[in-house]
Amino acid sequence: MTIHHTDMPEEMRVETMELCVTACEKFATNNESAAKMIKELMDKKFGSSWHVVIGEGFGFEVTHEVKNLLYMFFGGSLAVCVWKCS
Amino acid sequence: MLLMSVWSCFFGQDEEDGTETGEGDEWMQGKTLIKPLDQLDLTEAELKEEFTRILTANNPHAPQNIVRYSFKERSYKPISSVDQLAVHFVLEGNLLHQDSDEARRQRAKQGDVEEGGGEERADSVESKAGKKEQKITNQFNFSERASQTLNNPLRERGCQTEPPPRANFSATANQWEIYDVYLEVLQKQEKNKEKAKAVPKKDDDKGKKKMMLVETQSDDITKVAKVAKIIERMVNQNTFDDIAQDFKYFEDASDEYREQEGTLLPLWKFQYDKAKRLSVTALCWNESYKDLFAVGLGSYDFTKQGRGMLVFYSLKNSTFPEYIYPTTSGILCLDIHKHLPYLVAVGFYDGCVAVYNLKEETLQPIYKSTAKSGKHTDPVWQVKWQKDDMDNNHNFFSVSSDGRVVSWTLVKNELVFTDIIKLIIEIFDNVCRPAACGTSFDFHKQIDYLFLVGTEEGKIHKCSKAYSSQFLETYNAHNMAVDAVKWNHFHTKVFISCSSDWTVKIWDHTIKTPMFTFDLNASVGDVAWSPYSSTVFAAVTTDGKVHTFDLSINKYEAICQQPVVAKKKTKLTHIEFNPVYPIIIVGDDRGYVTSLKLSPNLRKKPKEKKGQELPKGPEVEIAKMEKLLSLLREPENSNA
Repeated sequence: MTIHHTDMPEEMRVETMELCVTACEKFATNNESAAKMIKELMDKKFGSSWHVVIGEGFGFEVTHEVKNLLYMFFGGSLAVCVWKCS
Repeated sequence: MLLMSVWSCFFGQDEEDGTETGEGDEWMQGKTLIKPLDQLDLTEAELKEEFTRILTANNPHAPQNIVRYSFKERSYKPISSVDQLAVHFVLEGNLLHQDSDEARRQRAKQGDVEEGGGEERADSVESKAGKKEQKITNQFNFSERASQTLNNPLRERGCQTEPPPRANFSATANQWEIYDVYLEVLQKQEKNKEKAKAVPKKDDDKGKKKMMLVETQSDDITKVAKVAKIIERMVNQNTFDDIAQDFKYFEDASDEYREQEGTLLPLWKFQYDKAKRLSVTALCWNESYKDLFAVGLGSYDFTKQGRGMLVFYSLKNSTFPEYIYPTTSGILCLDIHKHLPYLVAVGFYDGCVAVYNLKEETLQPIYKSTAKSGKHTDPVWQVKWQKDDMDNNHNFFSVSSDGRVVSWTLVKNELVFTDIIKLIIEIFDNVCRPAACGTSFDFHKQIDYLFLVGTEEGKIHKCSKAYSSQFLETYNAHNMAVDAVKWNHFHTKVFISCSSDWTVKIWDHTIKTPMFTFDLNASVGDVAWSPYSSTVFAAVTTDGKVHTFDLSINKYEAICQQPVVAKKKTKLTHIEFNPVYPIIIVGDDRGYVTSLKLSPNLRKKPKEKKGQELPKGPEVEIAKMEKLLSLLREPENSNA
């Protein structure tokens, strides 16, 4: 997995990345469940409210709170975008 | 005295008269009843008498005995009843009944004022009007005039905090984006590894990196160039779609009705911006790539000599040339090798000859003749490739105004020249033999050593490569310079010549006089045989017309005379038939090359006879020509 763009602090980034990888591996076939898991855990850990998108082909433009965005690729074909915006 | 009256009032009742008796002693004494002197003395019985008093509503002020004069009885009569009304207060009021006149007038006035006043009341008036049938609920004519605006939620500044800062972010997630990112990461990792190894091996790595960079650059450009070329051709095909369709499929149907005449259908027009001021001085089709042709650009004007250009066009791309070679001197002639389509021989105005290799990237010729290596001293009017000589070296011939016909051989890196023949003017066998100027030549298709040279004096010499000083034959062809001399593609004996003296002549090389002469009313720039028929040829003139002849159809006139250029002043300089397709290219003195399609009438093959199979091949053509010639020869023979 590789991180394409992020502005999270180091600790938060590592944790979030681990979480994403775990979720995607667990729900390899179902993007929705993976996203759900990531979102709920992020809400618990870092406060509301988080948004998660997982997919293979999409474009997006989002408003996020500064220092709360992670955009990474997993497994060669999956893209995960996680951001916080209440 | 005043005091006294006050006291009497207290004690006295009915009478008003206040007697002044009762001196000042009274109030010093106690309460003793004192009778006033004028009080009635009544007996006790009279005192106890009850008197009845009745209170009525009668107005005490109203008169009780009003008497009026009655004219009837002519006497005063008392009125029985007297008005007892006592008015205490009067106030003039201003209430009107709503249906009375004054009220209506006032309402009308009010109505005007209301309309001018504002539309706001309209609703109420309307609603009033509408509701007149119903019960009027809006008694006070109340209408809501406020409009709803955004009500900002009330926030207290005192305890509100600033929200956390926000930013926008956008990206696309595709397979290729992911792939690119992974590649980048890989490269970074590799770089890091290299850096780790760089300490012992610095120089090698650097060198390798540089090589890598250069390679990638050149790869990119060349890859893109090829694709770009294909796309350019596609775009051109789309732009000129109708021309492409015409080129392939259009056959002029009206030719059936035109009997003998034919037409030329204009197709693409080729022009190059940088060559605008130059004339087309040479045209040549490529034998191997049938859609590629070369255009030599220069100037025929003696005074206006400048640079020249060698330009290659393809029919697939009419907007831009495939190859461009700028030259220092104007080009006058060119020839493409029959078997090696990348070798091009070029003759210049300054007397040089050069050979270009199209495969090379450079714009310079691979061989060029110099003053030392025997270049001509006058413009080179024609070059032609020959078969490889015995050493398998390529060679070509050139003819020039300095009277020399030279053979050039490409030996390794050099151009070796050999004078083949010197053209001379025979003037009554005088010692002085000035050199004639050769303006055109052509080699026989089958007989290798035989060739014809046309001169500026109007003579055509039949020469052989073997004999260097003597001509096999001389024909007094024209009165002016012979611009072109061409052997027939099929018939071995026939050749054609054209000249600035307005004529085109067809010869049998065994006979000294021309078989056919055609006067075209203008200086003829070039003439060419068609590759598909022995009797069809075309000539271009300086008045911008293309004349097409078919001797088997009409021996005396052109079957097609068509102006080909837009402006009348443009002179046509060269013409060439395409070896395969039924099109011709015509060059003019403004640097344009126009391609035209020949209509079916111009490409007629001999008619089939019923039952007979149509014989094909050059034999037919030869037979055709022979037939024509025999017709001519017989009267000649009879004459001779």
